[in-house]
Amino acid sequence: MSNVDQKVPFTEAVEAFDPLLGFEVHVELSTKSKMFCACPTEFGAEPNTQVCPVCLGLPGSMPVVNQDAIESTIKIGLALNCKIAESSRFARKNYFYPDMPKDYQISQYDEPICYDGYLDVEVPLEDGTKKSVRVEIERVHMEEDTGKLTHAGGATGRIQGADYSIVDYNRAGVPLIEIVTKVVPDTGALAPEVGRAYVTQLRDLVRGLKVSDVRMEQGSLRCDANVSLMPAGTSEWGTRTETKNVNSFKSVEQAIRSEIERQAAVLQSGGKVVQETRHYQETSGTTTSGREKTDAEDYRYFPEPDLVPVEPSAEWIEELRAGLPEAPAKRVARLQEAWGLSDFDMQSVVNAGALDVVEETVAAGVDQAAARKWWLGELARRANEQGVEIDQVGVTPADVAGIVALIDEGKINDKLAREVIDGVASGEGTPAEVVEARGLGVVSDDGPLIEAIDQALADNPDVVEKLREGNMQPVGVIIGAVMKATRGQADAGRARELIIERLG
Amino acid sequence: MTSETGNTLDVAAVARLAELARISLSDEELQRYSGQLDQILHSVDKVGEVAADDVVPMSHPQPLVNVTRPDVNKPCVDREEVLRQAPAVEDDRFRVPQILGEE
Ligand SMILES: [Zn+2]
Repeated sequence: MSNVDQKVPFTEAVEAFDPLLGFEVHVELSTKSKMFCACPTEFGAEPNTQVCPVCLGLPGSMPVVNQDAIESTIKIGLALNCKIAESSRFARKNYFYPDMPKDYQISQYDEPICYDGYLDVEVPLEDGTKKSVRVEIERVHMEEDTGKLTHAGGATGRIQGADYSIVDYNRAGVPLIEIVTKVVPDTGALAPEVGRAYVTQLRDLVRGLKVSDVRMEQGSLRCDANVSLMPAGTSEWGTRTETKNVNSFKSVEQAIRSEIERQAAVLQSGGKVVQETRHYQETSGTTTSGREKTDAEDYRYFPEPDLVPVEPSAEWIEELRAGLPEAPAKRVARLQEAWGLSDFDMQSVVNAGALDVVEETVAAGVDQAAARKWWLGELARRANEQGVEIDQVGVTPADVAGIVALIDEGKINDKLAREVIDGVASGEGTPAEVVEARGLGVVSDDGPLIEAIDQALADNPDVVEKLREGNMQPVGVIIGAVMKATRGQADAGRARELIIERLG
Repeated sequence: MTSETGNTLDVAAVARLAELARISLSDEELQRYSGQLDQILHSVDKVGEVAADDVVPMSHPQPLVNVTRPDVNKPCVDREEVLRQAPAVEDDRFRVPQILGEE
């Protein structure tokens, strides 16, 4: 437990070794019911309230496959350019651990439903350009999620030292899709960035299909990153490790970097990399040793006798293919052209996760520059502060359209708009309702404005003298005093007009 | 001992299977069970003698495909009833012994 892993600096490590990557990504589907039974799948229900004889593995219960789960899986496979198997079967993966009450997990083994695909990943480079890397997909298969264990009695809450565990089976049986890549070679020093870009773009692609929430922080997208090293200039594949518990896109990048540095140190000191599962530690950005990896044969896979093969018809597959949404990369290119943005500006929108919201705001009649200004500025800042996605800050594209309209009509200014956003985000209603309820409108009745101007003119006789002489330069002093007196609610343009009027 | 399909089931193999299944067996039991299991394996292998090469392995007795159900919810089992089947319960969850060698 106490020994800290030695590391070789990253640049040195990737000079001496070529990293080989591989990814196993699990996606929880957002179907209404579980993979093999009619229990609900909602997250956060009271423990053991979403269970039945099938997902509890009670004797005599029989699983039946969820039609929508098959459809969602085929969609993911098609979007990843996979072939769809004419015939595909489920298999039992046997292991004895209480997260599955059956003592096996229904999965797919040698006959996955989708195979041989690829995803072309655009990897952002430091100089602002992108490099396209093809990540080949080995397979996409269906399985069921496991129950949730809480280890109790131990000092740390982890399994080491725990006296017993308590289990909630609500998640057991929720449809889970596993997307396995082939080995990704030749990434060199870009390996960490390739990993991050792959998982990010896979998330975008699955989200576009609307078959999963794909939220890493909630566990509906999970990534295991495999790393091995090959001495540079050779073709000797090293022993690989599989890093789990990687809970964010940034962590994918850091976990790969850390594992390359660690393995390089092991190899350079004449040691051997152990084939094992490692755990990513968010706080230190490093990986720690877990259990030794179980060989596939230890799971004693065999065909699931309670389920019959899935044989999707060619017509059905073509129907699903025709219904696929535009691929994310194509969509980005199309919107970039429509909005007339530079690569850099477009990348900012994509990186902020703001593509959907900006597109919807523009569709609601807002100019793209104004839409980007609010989403990438104030709203991105709030999302960042709250640690949520940009579409979770409590402000919708329609709200932003409402705010921009109020600004354009001169009813509020940018400063007041931020207060309006506060109100909308805390559920006080639409932007117009917030303006009304909080009394935020820019002062448009000239009465109070004229009063403030007269006061400001009286307070600044030297300025008035210059203005009367035709030197308009110090007019800002008067406008500033007026804005102060009206607590920022005055329309600066109207104030200027009135000042000139009052001076006669 | 090697069966006709090339399977061997010696004491070491049975010990490994017992470990994977989390079953504790004495040396005497290992000896006895490996003999019995090996015999079962050989008996099953006899099927291979009659099956011709053109017979595809099957995993289901019915020639059915695509048996699915629509994605709809049905009532779950009441939690009280579910937990009544559990050997031990804590915090509305199944309480189970600690399992070593897994994470
Ligand atoms: Zn169920």
